[in-house]
Amino acid sequence: MPLVQSGRIVEDRFVRWLSDAPVPEDAAVLLPHARFLADPAGLLRRPAPTGVIWPNDRKVSELAPHVDRLALIALVFPVFKDGRAFSQARILREQYGFGGELRATGQVLRDQFLFMLRAGFDAFEVTKPADAAAFAETVRRYSVFYQPTGDGRATARKARLHRAPALAPAVLEETLQEG
Amino acid sequence: MYVYDELDWAFLEQRVAEFRDQVRRRLAGELSEDEFKLLRLLNGVYLQLHAYMLRIGIPYGTLSSAQLRALAHVARHYDRGYGHFTTRQNIQFHWIKLEQLPDAMEYLARARLHGIQTSGNSIRNVTTDQWAGATPDEIEDPRIWAEIVRQHTTLHPEFTFLPRKFKIAVTAAAHDRAAVKIHDIGLRLHRNAAGKTGFEVSVGGGLGRIPYLAQTIRPFLPKRDLLSYIEAILRVYNQHGRRDNIHKARIKILVHHIGVEQFTREVEAEWQAIKDGPLALEPDTVTEIAARFRYPDYAALPDNPEALVAGRLRDRGFAAWFKNSVNRHKIPGYAIVTLSLKPEGGTPGDATAEQMEAIADLADRYSFGEIRVGHEQNLVLPHVPQRDLLTLWRALEAIGVAIPNVGLVSDIIACPGLDYCSLANARSIPVAQELTRRFRDLDLARKLGRLHINISGCINACGHHHVGHIGLLGVEKNGEEYYQVTIGGRSDEEAQLGTLIGPAVPYAQVADVVEDIAAAYLELRERPEELFIDTVKRLGVEPFRERVYAARPVG
Repeated sequence: MPLVQSGRIVEDRFVRWLSDAPVPEDAAVLLPHARFLADPAGLLRRPAPTGVIWPNDRKVSELAPHVDRLALIALVFPVFKDGRAFSQARILREQYGFGGELRATGQVLRDQFLFMLRAGFDAFEVTKPADAAAFAETVRRYSVFYQPTGDGRATARKARLHRAPALAPAVLEETLQEG
Repeated sequence: MYVYDELDWAFLEQRVAEFRDQVRRRLAGELSEDEFKLLRLLNGVYLQLHAYMLRIGIPYGTLSSAQLRALAHVARHYDRGYGHFTTRQNIQFHWIKLEQLPDAMEYLARARLHGIQTSGNSIRNVTTDQWAGATPDEIEDPRIWAEIVRQHTTLHPEFTFLPRKFKIAVTAAAHDRAAVKIHDIGLRLHRNAAGKTGFEVSVGGGLGRIPYLAQTIRPFLPKRDLLSYIEAILRVYNQHGRRDNIHKARIKILVHHIGVEQFTREVEAEWQAIKDGPLALEPDTVTEIAARFRYPDYAALPDNPEALVAGRLRDRGFAAWFKNSVNRHKIPGYAIVTLSLKPEGGTPGDATAEQMEAIADLADRYSFGEIRVGHEQNLVLPHVPQRDLLTLWRALEAIGVAIPNVGLVSDIIACPGLDYCSLANARSIPVAQELTRRFRDLDLARKLGRLHINISGCINACGHHHVGHIGLLGVEKNGEEYYQVTIGGRSDEEAQLGTLIGPAVPYAQVADVVEDIAAAYLELRERPEELFIDTVKRLGVEPFRERVYAARPVG
């Protein structure tokens, strides 16, 4: 499954460490949540980066104490239509200030890319190679956004408030007269 | 009318282009039907029994004449010459070809109409009072708030893949015509004791298999907090709503499972974290949206002009229609006119392309180019000068939409049922058609007074049977169509779910049963002014049950 970051297909520097074997000191690993929770302090003390695969039915508040030192949190979309990880992503970014890599895994299709970016994901394990190749083009599809999220894109609301008063619609007067 | 600016336009064009590409990928085999299904649903495209169906949202039920003409065009060129107005202020076309969908959508987009989030597990069209901005009993125009919510919920990056569909309705009037208590979120704009306006927020209403009325979780929410509070509710639901069982996935089930107190605590906790962030609605934002609503340039006209008074005296037909279909406007000299889409033998909510075009012309001439769609599946001309009512009535008569049965027994709400829908267990439309024949006598209908019959062809309850004064629910028994009958439901400010009166009755008997219920009511009511719904409230269902089943052993 190709990994997309910053709009390009890249090598995954993390190793999924799914066995019970001891975690090496010097390898960037991505661990199942149970393994991570068994010894977060020990794992995060290693010199190499640590990542965790976080299931979509567990509260991300459990990760709050670790967000400063986790290098990667991988959230899961078991199927396309299961959107729980969108909320997890926004909470991690916007409420806990997680600044590491936030990776979308599971069924990740082209039609979710922009939603994921807006929710705070910055890495994508894309299900179909063709979708991965089309990433940059797909996320340029929209120029107008109605909701403020932590991704910092300017919203329609902001654009409207900042546009020159001369551009304000003439109906304003009518409405005011209407009272 | 809300006037689109260049941002709204650009967004819609981008959406149409995206859908065109999704259809291309489906036709090229790059998307599986399963994957495509989710995407088409987010654009209002269903696969029904015979063909694809396209549902177009009519935000808060407001249409311009140009938009109604665009709908007529789609009905004529891409469908079989008609469209079907639904119980959520939408319109459906039932015979559209997949290859033609992008063209139809592009055509509609030019009239700034679209099907975004009219289906799928997303936040649906925000609905409101079809008399908004015209009725004297509202404290302000609820459409401004509906538009603010519409924009915020359009392609929301966090909430487009919810556990289940999500419906929001807003009312700002004393009389609730938006049925807010049967919505996932119901918003009632009102004035508190301190004289401030804000929202009563209720959550967890919904019909379907397990019906619930919404419960109030916040009696008064300041306007500035509307979006952050909705965001908090949705965030709790998106994370904790069930996804393992489609029948238990609505927010109403979550609210009842964890209890409304616990649910409220979770929402409030989430809200505290976000309420002072970028979602807080500053007055500038509200003013900016409000400024893009265009209001009619009303003339100074007297109430009850000579032409109206004389017409009512001269023409009994006009007088009857006036009494039934015309309501008070907030501006003197104007009136709100309801157009019945419930002719005898017709399909509730259907309008032909010719009717739509004629209504668009009449709206231009008599209603400042504005048309409304109500959840009762009728249309409204919201701003008609009273002096023009007689002329308008003749024109409406000529196209078959001046039947004075608004709010009466033959003004039936029905879903498409087994004639179109792949979910249905039983037919709805033929039952409605038969009932309009049984109650064709308008004198009888008037004698019965306000009486709402709602029909659903299956447990999904698109015909809102639970909140019909008389509700009929189609079920399947040993391969036969049967109907469960409830009475006493209502969806207004005194919302109530109906009570089952007894065993389901077969298709062949359902119209007889409704007639029996109507006859029982005429015998049981204390006085002619006591409405059916009030008689049921006073006596309960028992006397109705006795009369219906005494003569009819079914099981």
